[in-house]
Amino acid sequence: MSIFINKDTRLIVQGITGKEGSFHAKSCKEYGTNLVGGVTPNKGGTSILDVPVFDTVKEAVNETNANTSIIFVPARFGANAIIEAAENGIELIVCITEGIPVLDMMKAKKAVQINGARLIGPNCPGLITPNVCKVGIMPSKIHKKGNVGVVSRSGTLTYEAVYQLTQLGIGQSTCIGIGGDPIIGTNFIDVLKAFQEDEQTDAICMIGEIGGTAEEEAADYIKQYVTKPVVSFIAGLTAPEGKRMGHAGAIISGEKGTAKSKMEALTNAGVIVCENPANLGSTIKSILQ
Amino acid sequence: MKIHEYQAKELFKQYEIKVPNSVLCEKHEDIECVLNQVPIPCVIKAQVHSGARGKAGGVKVAKDFDSAIEVANNILGMELKSSQAGIKKVNKILIEECVDIEKELYLSLTFDRTNECIALILSTEGGMDIENVAKATPEKIHTLQIKEYLNPKELVQKLGFNNEINKKIEKIINSLYKLMIEKDATLVEINPLVITKQGDVIALDAKINFDDNALFRHEDILLLKDETEENPLELEAQKSSLSYIKLDGTIGCMVNGAGLAMATMDVIKLAGKDAANFLDVGGGASSEKIEKAFRLLISDENLEAVFINIFGGILRCDFLAEGVKNAIKTLNVQVPVIVRMEGTNKELGTEILNNSGLKFTVVNDLNEAIEVIRKI
Repeated sequence: MSIFINKDTRLIVQGITGKEGSFHAKSCKEYGTNLVGGVTPNKGGTSILDVPVFDTVKEAVNETNANTSIIFVPARFGANAIIEAAENGIELIVCITEGIPVLDMMKAKKAVQINGARLIGPNCPGLITPNVCKVGIMPSKIHKKGNVGVVSRSGTLTYEAVYQLTQLGIGQSTCIGIGGDPIIGTNFIDVLKAFQEDEQTDAICMIGEIGGTAEEEAADYIKQYVTKPVVSFIAGLTAPEGKRMGHAGAIISGEKGTAKSKMEALTNAGVIVCENPANLGSTIKSILQ
Repeated sequence: MKIHEYQAKELFKQYEIKVPNSVLCEKHEDIECVLNQVPIPCVIKAQVHSGARGKAGGVKVAKDFDSAIEVANNILGMELKSSQAGIKKVNKILIEECVDIEKELYLSLTFDRTNECIALILSTEGGMDIENVAKATPEKIHTLQIKEYLNPKELVQKLGFNNEINKKIEKIINSLYKLMIEKDATLVEINPLVITKQGDVIALDAKINFDDNALFRHEDILLLKDETEENPLELEAQKSSLSYIKLDGTIGCMVNGAGLAMATMDVIKLAGKDAANFLDVGGGASSEKIEKAFRLLISDENLEAVFINIFGGILRCDFLAEGVKNAIKTLNVQVPVIVRMEGTNKELGTEILNNSGLKFTVVNDLNEAIEVIRKI
């Protein structure tokens, strides 16, 4: 098995007629994902990539029985797109959109929780279960089916880790980018729990970065509940205080959010912490043997 | 986005939060005229985006007119050194009336990341660095997580003042919360909020940070942006939607993706050097954007070398190579350029670099990059 997405995933794309939406919808479909439709207001009744386009998520769900959505709308409409998906029965919402205001995300996250949906992101690359299903923007061909679960706050750094694994002949069960914003739907703990329960996953690669306390909380969780080996890297050991490192969430303020405190917490929880990101693949290889 | 104290105080006035009378001054020749409009003794405050201005000598009280002129002249134009913001030139000063302080409080509303809500923080220990107060005497910090609606009454009562004062503080908290929601602020802080001998409650200082992602719906706030506060290179980068931050090291780097960019800085450190910058060119950069990014990066005078680390997913390696080639051809680049490319169209990109007639060191992975950078 895998986590969150599989052969039963029925995907719609919110913002399917846009440049990015259509490009990645095509790529997901070509990978084998069951793309069943798309949503763009005022474009209902047309079709793209051989699937129907609807005006609303409600119509799309009624007509196609979709259970998953990936969002590519502009930032100012991002939160409303999440809320629309959550209120209309979408179970898994993957939001790629970057730059959604914090106050908007507070509302969107409440809507997701009230409706019992799962949100991944925003500002994330999505997720992939190699050879089965892709709901994201990652380059498909670097992945290989296997037994390592990968979870990360960053996009390209995830690709780096996956690439190293694949080069060494080690495949992945599911790879998830949870996003670099201050408010995200699915956090490290949610994913760690799912990987711990997933039969296909034998080891976990967790990539964090400066800002917030998500890695420290994950370390507490790992200490108590995760028996599978975890290998980690935290980006931003050399980042200065008070400067936002690209991601809205990647900022050190005072003593909070430093790479050092995260690395210490993870080491104390029994996680193998790599100081050099170039060694992620080989470290995982050594523990699997 | 940050704004100045005087701008934040103007916003406070719009939300009926009391602030002392003050006048802004930007020129030495205006100082005397401005001082005639403010009661003496007065406070002269440097307007720069930096905490701990007082400690750095940017906030001073003047007891009489002559000393006020001297202090104002000293602060205006001075180079303010602070641990948080480095060295900043003071281009504006705020000259403000003194108030009779009975008690100094701390009040802020901030976005609480862990609990994903707005948090109200109150303390009787105003005027000090709140992080130090929290460390030394955590019992003096009162916090309230605002989940559904704001009701500060109980928290305010913990401060131990009389009913009349409590009501005034509550009113300020409600106004501040309204400001935060309406203007998409991520932090509003009053330190100190003072209770005067006359029983008034006044914001002596004002700090507001706004959510950059929400500025599209706040034209009024965007107008408050002071470009002289920003690093000129960072400002130029913003205009080309590049994410660039100037750092102190000597290895310039260009990366796609924020996480990989931070990891690249860490890798440079492992090679015994320091990164000269953080630069994320983003996901779908064109060769023109790459060229712009490279120009920006190379304008740093302290460079010993440039390290380009790109994992092409959406970004194509041939676009990258084309952009870098064009930039190097037109600029007189004297330092070695190390390139590591992986992903989409890697072969095409390598071919472009190899056939360019220019000198590059191409490395295959991060460990190889570390070895090459170490030898510079």
